[in-house]
Amino acid sequence: MSAATATPHTAAPGPAPLAGDDDGRIGLRGHLRHTGALIRRNLLWIRQDPESMFDAVLFPIVFCLLFVFVFGGAITGADNRQEYVNYLVPGLMAMMGMNIAQGVGTGFNQDFQTGVMDRFRSLPIGRASVLIAKIVVEIGRMLVATAILLVVGFLLGLSVSDVPGLFAAIGLSMVFGFGVMWIFLTLGVVMKSAQAVQAMGFLVLMPLQFGSSIFAPTSTMPGWLQAFTDYNPLSSLADAARGLMNGGPVAHDILITVAWSVVLTAVMMPIAVRKFSTKA
Amino acid sequence: MTRIDKNPDAAPDAAVTVRGLVKHYGTTKALDGVDLDVREGTVLGVLGPNGAGKTTLVRCLSTLIVPDAGRATVAGYDVLRQPRQTRRVIGLTGQYASVDEKLSGFENLYLIGRLLDLPRREARARADGLLERFSLTEAAKRPVGTYSGGMRRRLDLAASMIGRPAVLFLDEPTTGLDPRTRNEVWTEVRRMVAEGATVLLTTQYMEEAEYLASELTVVDRGKVVAGGRIDELKARVGGRTLRIRPADPLELRPTAAALDEFGLTGPGGAAVDAETASVMVPVLSDEQLTAVLGALTARGITLSSVTTELPSLDEVFLSLTGHKASAAQDDVPAREEVAV
Repeated sequence: MSAATATPHTAAPGPAPLAGDDDGRIGLRGHLRHTGALIRRNLLWIRQDPESMFDAVLFPIVFCLLFVFVFGGAITGADNRQEYVNYLVPGLMAMMGMNIAQGVGTGFNQDFQTGVMDRFRSLPIGRASVLIAKIVVEIGRMLVATAILLVVGFLLGLSVSDVPGLFAAIGLSMVFGFGVMWIFLTLGVVMKSAQAVQAMGFLVLMPLQFGSSIFAPTSTMPGWLQAFTDYNPLSSLADAARGLMNGGPVAHDILITVAWSVVLTAVMMPIAVRKFSTKA
Repeated sequence: MTRIDKNPDAAPDAAVTVRGLVKHYGTTKALDGVDLDVREGTVLGVLGPNGAGKTTLVRCLSTLIVPDAGRATVAGYDVLRQPRQTRRVIGLTGQYASVDEKLSGFENLYLIGRLLDLPRREARARADGLLERFSLTEAAKRPVGTYSGGMRRRLDLAASMIGRPAVLFLDEPTTGLDPRTRNEVWTEVRRMVAEGATVLLTTQYMEEAEYLASELTVVDRGKVVAGGRIDELKARVGGRTLRIRPADPLELRPTAAALDEFGLTGPGGAAVDAETASVMVPVLSDEQLTAVLGALTARGITLSSVTTELPSLDEVFLSLTGHKASAAQDDVPAREEVAV
């Protein structure tokens, strides 16, 4: 037996040495350390299971090609396909955040099914660390998806007149995606299976994504639908991204998008943390 | 060290005290006023059928769910008012191995070490040490998804020991394991106890309780129906049954007759089980067991096998409570169904 195994693995009676403050609160450094360890875990998941990156990698490619070549000609005319690329890519940036946010919920739900969450929740760590670590990695996945989307877009002739605006548009998508992730985290906690989370996400996202200005200008839609798309935050996000990348009025759309993000985060984050902490 | 709020009702050496713990799920009374104590450095077995409330009890004590009423302390900490401190002194091994299938065995343990604030080097060393101790070094780098059921359970035990917990909760640690793997788990649990851990163990098997626990609490439908030292309870439930198989099946009747004659069969007499060609006798003491063998030797009866059998959970319940253990249909809803 090695020296390492010779030491007793359980404590003599009495509490184990305490870290942090005496009331058991976890300091900022502790939170960062725990979050870091959990981010590492989520990254190891991706390494172990590279297929889990398929959505982030394939989604932007498939959607970009599909819409540009199938619908692009019909919308802007076959000769003006490039015009549609400029219209579509900023919209897809908005859409991608949603699809990846949905993945947050399914992955989270699996952790509950396997009992891994029970272990985490019985450890002396801030419970928000588990949620934040998940979100950080998903934001990373969103960035990867956005980068791939832009590469495909540029190959299809995307033009960006305002480079700082492009980064602002990416940032705006991330901020909104961050807000939406809390909805899916909550669903991931309260729903019974990963499939249910996925089905629910599909049900909510489909009308939001297609009933927006992501794929086509709303001016040809019937009035009742326009009323919906005008209030759809995804329309605002897509329009804001277009304006930021290629000029146009953006202040109103940015304001709406940021307001939605703030409200979603402010309302859903406490609910998600609470549901996570008290889940039986 | 921090102030320790000892429960005033607790015995001075109690590592776990539970008073009047209640948890209802709708109309299901998962816990209906449970009291129990676990003394420091001992193993308390919580014996009960499916749905008796064992898992709910463990989940309350490990801060995963909040009881509706009652109090509990673990290592001096109030589970309800000091959940964060409680989490520092406990280790938990749930009914389902709660290890991350996508990570390797090493990464599982290292992650928990880091979450328990061990410095990187120490977390690594501790993960390696525990992997070796649980004979998992060879598989350390493989994803846990490729492990056998027994390996997962061992890794789960290792994971609950990373923080050198003062109190370990083991929820049915061997349910669903084959006998060989079960023995491995038992050996490890005994070793942890020898090193000073206090263990609260839930089980459906009298055999497991007898092998691991010094004291036993029998629960049914969320209530404690009996409790005490194992030998006391065994005396109350009638102890073991001796199954004697004569080498020649024709000697079944003479064997039973000989035991009756020597007055070794108790009021019920010896039971002859023709199907297995054996005679069954209740055994209350080791002396009686020895006398039975002596009597049969004196009669010149050759035996092919003699085994002692522990009472089954059903028999324990019948003799302690006068009714059968609640059926599995009355089960507390499974975890995903109770999520509210």
